[in-house]
Amino acid sequence: MATAITLPEGAPEEVITHALVRDVDLAPFGFVGNLALITLDNGLDHTRPNTLGAQSLLELDAAITDALSRKPAAIAVIGKPFIFAAGADLSALSFLSKRDQAIAIGKLGHDVFRRLDESGTPSFAFINGLALGGGLEIGLHCNYRTLASTAFTALPEVFLGLIPGWGGATILPKLIGPERAVQVIIGNSLNNNTMMKAKDALNLGVVDAVFEPADFLEKSVSFVAAVLSGSTKIERKDYSADPAWDAALAAGRAAALKKYGGAEIASPMKALELIAAAKGNSRGQGFDAEDAALADLTMTDSLRASLYAFNVIQKKRKKVEGAPKPALGRKVARVGVVGAGLMASQLALLLLRNLKCPVVMTDIDQDRADKGVAWVKNELNKLVEKKRMSAESAARLSLLISGSSDQGVFAGCDFVIEAIFEELSLKQELFKKLEKIVGPECVLATNTSSLSVEKMSEGLEHPERVVGFHFFNPVAVMPLLEVARTSKTDDATTATAVNIGKELKKTMIICKDAPGFVVNRLLTRFMGEITDAVDEGTDPQVADNAMRSIGFPMSPFELLGLVGPGVALHVSETLNANLGPRYRISPTMQAMVKEGVKTFYLRNEDGTYGANPAAVALIHKGTTPSTAEQVRSRALKALAEEARMMLDEGVVSTPAEIDLCMLMGAGWPMHLGGILPFLDREGISESVCGQRFHAPGIASLPQ
Amino acid sequence: MSAQIRNVVLVDAVRTPFGKAGSMYSGTRADDLMVRAMRGLLERNPLVSPADIDDVAIAAATQTGDQGMNIGRSATLLAGLPKTVPGYSIDRWCAGALTATTTIAGAIAMGAIDIAIAGGVEHMGNHPMGELMDPNPRYLAEKLVEQDALAMGATAERLHDRFPHLTKERADQYAYNSQMKTAKAYADGKIQRDLIPTAARNAELGWGIATVDESPRPTTTMEGLAGLKTPFRPAGRVTAGNSSGLNDGATAALLASEDKAKELGLSIKARLVTFAFAGVEPEVMGYGPVPATIKALGKAGLKIEDIGAFEVNEAFAVQVLAFLDHFGIADDDPRVNPYGGAIAVGHPLASSGVRLMLNLARTFEEKKDVRYGITTMCIGLGMGGTVIWENPHFNGSGSTGGSK
Repeated sequence: MATAITLPEGAPEEVITHALVRDVDLAPFGFVGNLALITLDNGLDHTRPNTLGAQSLLELDAAITDALSRKPAAIAVIGKPFIFAAGADLSALSFLSKRDQAIAIGKLGHDVFRRLDESGTPSFAFINGLALGGGLEIGLHCNYRTLASTAFTALPEVFLGLIPGWGGATILPKLIGPERAVQVIIGNSLNNNTMMKAKDALNLGVVDAVFEPADFLEKSVSFVAAVLSGSTKIERKDYSADPAWDAALAAGRAAALKKYGGAEIASPMKALELIAAAKGNSRGQGFDAEDAALADLTMTDSLRASLYAFNVIQKKRKKVEGAPKPALGRKVARVGVVGAGLMASQLALLLLRNLKCPVVMTDIDQDRADKGVAWVKNELNKLVEKKRMSAESAARLSLLISGSSDQGVFAGCDFVIEAIFEELSLKQELFKKLEKIVGPECVLATNTSSLSVEKMSEGLEHPERVVGFHFFNPVAVMPLLEVARTSKTDDATTATAVNIGKELKKTMIICKDAPGFVVNRLLTRFMGEITDAVDEGTDPQVADNAMRSIGFPMSPFELLGLVGPGVALHVSETLNANLGPRYRISPTMQAMVKEGVKTFYLRNEDGTYGANPAAVALIHKGTTPSTAEQVRSRALKALAEEARMMLDEGVVSTPAEIDLCMLMGAGWPMHLGGILPFLDREGISESVCGQRFHAPGIASLPQ
Repeated sequence: MSAQIRNVVLVDAVRTPFGKAGSMYSGTRADDLMVRAMRGLLERNPLVSPADIDDVAIAAATQTGDQGMNIGRSATLLAGLPKTVPGYSIDRWCAGALTATTTIAGAIAMGAIDIAIAGGVEHMGNHPMGELMDPNPRYLAEKLVEQDALAMGATAERLHDRFPHLTKERADQYAYNSQMKTAKAYADGKIQRDLIPTAARNAELGWGIATVDESPRPTTTMEGLAGLKTPFRPAGRVTAGNSSGLNDGATAALLASEDKAKELGLSIKARLVTFAFAGVEPEVMGYGPVPATIKALGKAGLKIEDIGAFEVNEAFAVQVLAFLDHFGIADDDPRVNPYGGAIAVGHPLASSGVRLMLNLARTFEEKKDVRYGITTMCIGLGMGGTVIWENPHFNGSGSTGGSK
């Protein structure tokens, strides 16, 4: 029997998911007997999904006891409208200070859920809505599962730095086999936390039947009657001798290594171990191993940093730190994009798709402008072909996009963004010209990555309408948008920019106009340390691989290949000029740009990557090589130093905003908490800045 | 090209179990009840392709909130019928579903449509009688009606006044019989056949499934009935025991031209002969079935003696007694409401018409010597509606159906 456990100190009070039991007469469905139906319901609407904390588990335990005492023909579990259960209550996890507590949470879940399988009474999960993590695991413990055709399901634990530790890692491989289990537990989690649609879950064998939501419960009860009477038979396969185990585990391992730039990150590795063990173990043995793995992970700084990162992302997506009231923003009904190159065209498409208002593009001649418009229209067509947009929507949007060589078309625009060549004088000249065309309240935005927005606004009649609006490439995919305020940018302008960013579904930070804003400033500083090391004579492979074990998604030189040496050099030159000599200009990079060598790595015929001889030949060969450990240390120290300077300068007001930027703008992993929690736990923050960025316990184990 | 009159048949009819107002369906929406009845109906008739449904007419007496938004179209979409299937809403208060049936039947008969759904829903828990009603002050100022006309219980008392020989004791006895007939029908499994088990969620109790009506009181006694209060006037005769209750429920019927039904191989449960609606003084609205039935019989060229099965809605016992009394039928005539009626199972206003039809269809199956039957009901603000049906299973000869 399950025993109560007390909440760790400081943890928020649990929102309890109640478990209610009712009898359902199966006679009208063709079977003589009753179904004891357990409803999970926290009493709140779908915006606050059912979650499973210690109290909720005990209520479910009591409900199972109640249900069984009714001597039913079967028992079933269903959720509240639209939601089955969204998984474990994570809020308490951040406050666990002892391993025993972590073991107890894991064991409590197992002790309760396994009763669904072990009671001897057939059990069913009616997954009527969203079922994530522990929610889906309730279903996995049941003997049979039905799923609403509109419901999404997932085991996202590995995405969060955990493992499916309430039975999922053990039961799922036994149920659906190693390949599919690895796909659900590892592949989906690491692929941006992909959820299964109902037909996916059915095809994978995660559920036994899918019914439309209109009469999901009735159809599910019919299914129960059919299974009990034997008219429907569900076959289960024994996968213990399946030949696919080794290959499936290897594929999972490869996917996990790829995700983290070759690093062995604990949660996917532990999940793979548990999946591997499921080949031959008993459920009970698997559950014990899950308890141990879950407790081990829970008692790491990495997990605490992941939970912190998850919360930061969730919170800041909704509320932008330091944003003026949305009501101060102006209506935006016509938008201009200066430039019709690839970046400008991407911006035009993004604005068009989300604002659904007229978007005008200009370039120096009509041909270029036409080319930009044609690109946008072609992208719309592609979306239609991929069935991601209706033909009608594409037709509507196609009529809203236009291009011209005459900037007069910007008249009447409420928001104009420039994406022309990164040259301050050109941008200054442009804004002066635009000011004569647009009205006094039109926002003038720049997508510059490193130039001074303040300087672009100098000499304008209305400098208060100028704002930095910095996207990351590719703009449709990367979730971050840095909104940069100059000393003159007014609240109406910032609010308008933030409102647009919301429409574009971006996560935003508002920063002071400072060179490189947040992401490029940190990344350039970081990259600079690597190129410096190489220029000083460090073997480039040694320098580039120095941080593999940390788990960044790509190495510095891989990133360089993506950004392009030209852009990287330009940014470092600008930052060198504006922030000082700690941003050095790499002779190697200069040589690569001069010679037109675009990447450091080349793809071999077998798909692996090797050093590009053309790049290697251009390396400036110094005489003071560093070890990998030295490179790692200087790069991380540089990050700590720069982050502290940014906070001191007020570029952003909180460390969390820096972390958010690195998570969403650079794709840095959650187990680093962005970056600052990692620098804290490595002791780097204290050694470089004399202080941590986050107090102990915020994004790390409590002390 | 001129329209031609075609035979209209009842293919099938179903209903949700009826709940007490705001009880087992307190957490369930009216449109969800309607959707459930429609899906249950289509599921029972797999030979009908949903895309072939030409129209959907759904009745509700209060057409706001979850019974608003053109419930006919809305329920059609929510039920997952193809978007090509149209729908509309109907209101004739208690005779809503009956009117949905006759309106659809008219369209089938004249050849505009071939197959359609008629039904009704009333969630009296969500929509108390008279909700948002705003009677024109002229009604009372100009004495167009008396105060009693707008309170249904008061109209029933007025029937007792008009027909003093229809005593409270007779009303109570009728109500008692209705309860007993329903109890027997349930025991024999005759009512459950046409009930669509319906999900019903209650925030305090969780999800459940309604499989039976909530209102029947099989333990009713004459003594118990005699002791009930008369809420509509002091020393009155109308009680909660000899009236239908306040209920939540939905019904749905599949109607088709006889040719279409045969072409698709559908069941034919009843053949529509004719129908009529008639007005009476609003103060005695319960008398409405009498002139409506006289009118319908006249159109059909039939006499009351030709009718072998009666499904009379039991809004109030006295109103059924007035009908029986007029036509010289005994209070306990076995041809009348053999499975009991609204006094026992409940009366979710606009949905009840189809419930009468599905009961009549079952009687037709059981009594192949009966040729004609009627469904009839009284309607607030002084009306009655009657539909005459022919038994497709009739195996006798001649026109007499009044066998016992």
